[in-house]
Amino acid sequence: MQAFTVHDGLVTPLDRANVDTDAIIPKQFLKSIKRAGFGPNLFDEWRYLDHGEPGKSNHDRPLNPEFVLNQPRYQGASVLLARENFGCGSSREHAPWALEDYGFRAIIAPSFADIFYNNCFKNGILPIVLDAAVVDRLFRECGANEGYALTVDLDKQTVTTPTGEAIPFDVDAGRKHRLLNGLDDIGLTLLQADRIKAYEERRKVEAPWLFA
Amino acid sequence: MSGQTLFKKLWDAHVVHVEPDGTTLLYIDRHLVHEVTSPQAFEGLKLARRTPRRADAAIAVPDHNVPTTDRSQGIADPVSRLQVETLDANCAEFGITEFRMDDIRQGIVHVIGPEEGLTLPGMTVVCGDSHTSTHGAFGALAFGIGTSEVEHVLATQCLWQKPSKTMLVKVEGQLGRGVTAKDVALAIIGEIGTAGGTGYALEFGGSAIRALTMEGRMTLCNMAIEAGARAGMVAVDQTTIDYVKGRPYSPTGAAWDQAVAWWNTLHSDADAVFDRVVELDAATIAPQVTWGTSPEMVTTINGRVPDPAAAPSEVKRHDWTRALEYMGLQAGTPVAGIAVDKVFIGSCTNSRIEDLREAAAVASGRKVASNVKLAMVVPGSGLVKQQAEAEGLDRIFLAAGFEWREPGCSMCLAMNADRLEPGERCASTSNRNFEGRQGQGGRTHLVSPAMAAAAACAGHFVDVRNF
Repeated sequence: MQAFTVHDGLVTPLDRANVDTDAIIPKQFLKSIKRAGFGPNLFDEWRYLDHGEPGKSNHDRPLNPEFVLNQPRYQGASVLLARENFGCGSSREHAPWALEDYGFRAIIAPSFADIFYNNCFKNGILPIVLDAAVVDRLFRECGANEGYALTVDLDKQTVTTPTGEAIPFDVDAGRKHRLLNGLDDIGLTLLQADRIKAYEERRKVEAPWLFA
Repeated sequence: MSGQTLFKKLWDAHVVHVEPDGTTLLYIDRHLVHEVTSPQAFEGLKLARRTPRRADAAIAVPDHNVPTTDRSQGIADPVSRLQVETLDANCAEFGITEFRMDDIRQGIVHVIGPEEGLTLPGMTVVCGDSHTSTHGAFGALAFGIGTSEVEHVLATQCLWQKPSKTMLVKVEGQLGRGVTAKDVALAIIGEIGTAGGTGYALEFGGSAIRALTMEGRMTLCNMAIEAGARAGMVAVDQTTIDYVKGRPYSPTGAAWDQAVAWWNTLHSDADAVFDRVVELDAATIAPQVTWGTSPEMVTTINGRVPDPAAAPSEVKRHDWTRALEYMGLQAGTPVAGIAVDKVFIGSCTNSRIEDLREAAAVASGRKVASNVKLAMVVPGSGLVKQQAEAEGLDRIFLAAGFEWREPGCSMCLAMNADRLEPGERCASTSNRNFEGRQGQGGRTHLVSPAMAAAAACAGHFVDVRNF
């Protein structure tokens, strides 16, 4: 997993609440057995005017000019500004895979759905929860200023605006450590193999039917 | 000192190790696997030259991509076919039991787990699928995970977790005739919102919940995720134990007695303290119908499509306006009377035998209305289908003009060939009415099986209590 330390990036505002993972990456693309290549189909039903299918080239597809990702001023964005309950619905990790493949490294919202939030950390994406009023203000500032960029510093736990205002955010210490260093969860867990073994031995006596 | 919640009891029984900051290594008893969220996990395992720690704790089944029509020719879509074949190959390579597409036990992963006794009280159950909350109906701690965690469970049989907050959703009283667990679930989501349960494990309690069958409890826990909660659960009682007894993978003999002794402790203590308590009066819950593109956009069959001008916030007004536009509905329209094009009875929410019985009771002696292009019934598993056929439910549905299909996820998410066309309106017993969920441009209204059957026969939504 790629580490996340400090990221400075152009912001795209996605002004909708309850954006679900079906919208982030529609079901037909979940048929892939690969982990990469979902970026061109990120927000597929909102981004294109026709119907997308896996295997279909996306280059010639008609773009929806209304959709924020297609607007020239937001090309190259890597910070997504979103509304409450972002990533709700299906547990599909294809959603963070698609966001990451497109180029997003940080997502700022007043709240996230639990499974999506957790999945982001496994894929080098930092989801940042800020107060709804602050997010509201960032939406206004972003809309009013072309080229609006934010600097996200995971170590310091701050989002810095173009005027130099540093907004603090919370993040779980364990997740922060793993993301800062790009650590593989499984490798870390396997260091606990003796404890897992001891637990299993105890449970085989307490609840033998679980090992039948 | 106050007593313990069910969540705490389940949590404590599975703690392997706790880090100083409270992050806990939690042991996973049962890992359910399906074809969509597992290929990348198996690939990761292979790339790192790892093997499953306990292949015996995993069980796999293809469900999302499988056709619900004749399967003798296999899967027509080559991309879907490859995904199912990949699951077959991975399970064979790693020694994981799989109920393949031609196995009578094949079905929706959240239907077959309980049906086979693979889901038991007191277990931690995970699956790369958000509706894993279903299994909490058995007094289990069950939640959906992403593919990275699927790989993590395969490799270590554990997950790193932090304890959730706890919420008790208490439904007291008696449900009215024609009002089902699905209506209770939607009423709860209408009350607390789709993010109301975020960060919580929900426990459903109260006399109305205790009176539910296991099928009803599964429907309720299944929808916990639509309230934002990864896990929903119901305390173990005699209903739970009676359901589990004698299933193929349930314990027997001395192990059964030992298990039941522990299972009987799996309820919140009377003096347990929850972080939040929500109370609903069962008698006031009417059949529910969603009108928008989020499960919280719900009203009763006697209600009307709301006016965005009356929305409680600016963000909601914006959402409601967009939802009405997508759904092709006008504010103020009575819900009863909205015509439907298709009807889908199925999904991990409502495809069990009891759901099919409720729908068949309504369809019996009636005909699907002429304006309904397709009304389909998709049983949750091969065994549910077999049982339904033994009871003659298939003949009732077929006589009424419904299609009787093979088991799978089907039009709940339209990964296979079953889907809505743009603009089509569907009465669906599934769990999500998101934009495009059942097919791009499709318009989904979530309802109970009885309400879906009634809509199919009336051609529009109708109050099943007076139908």
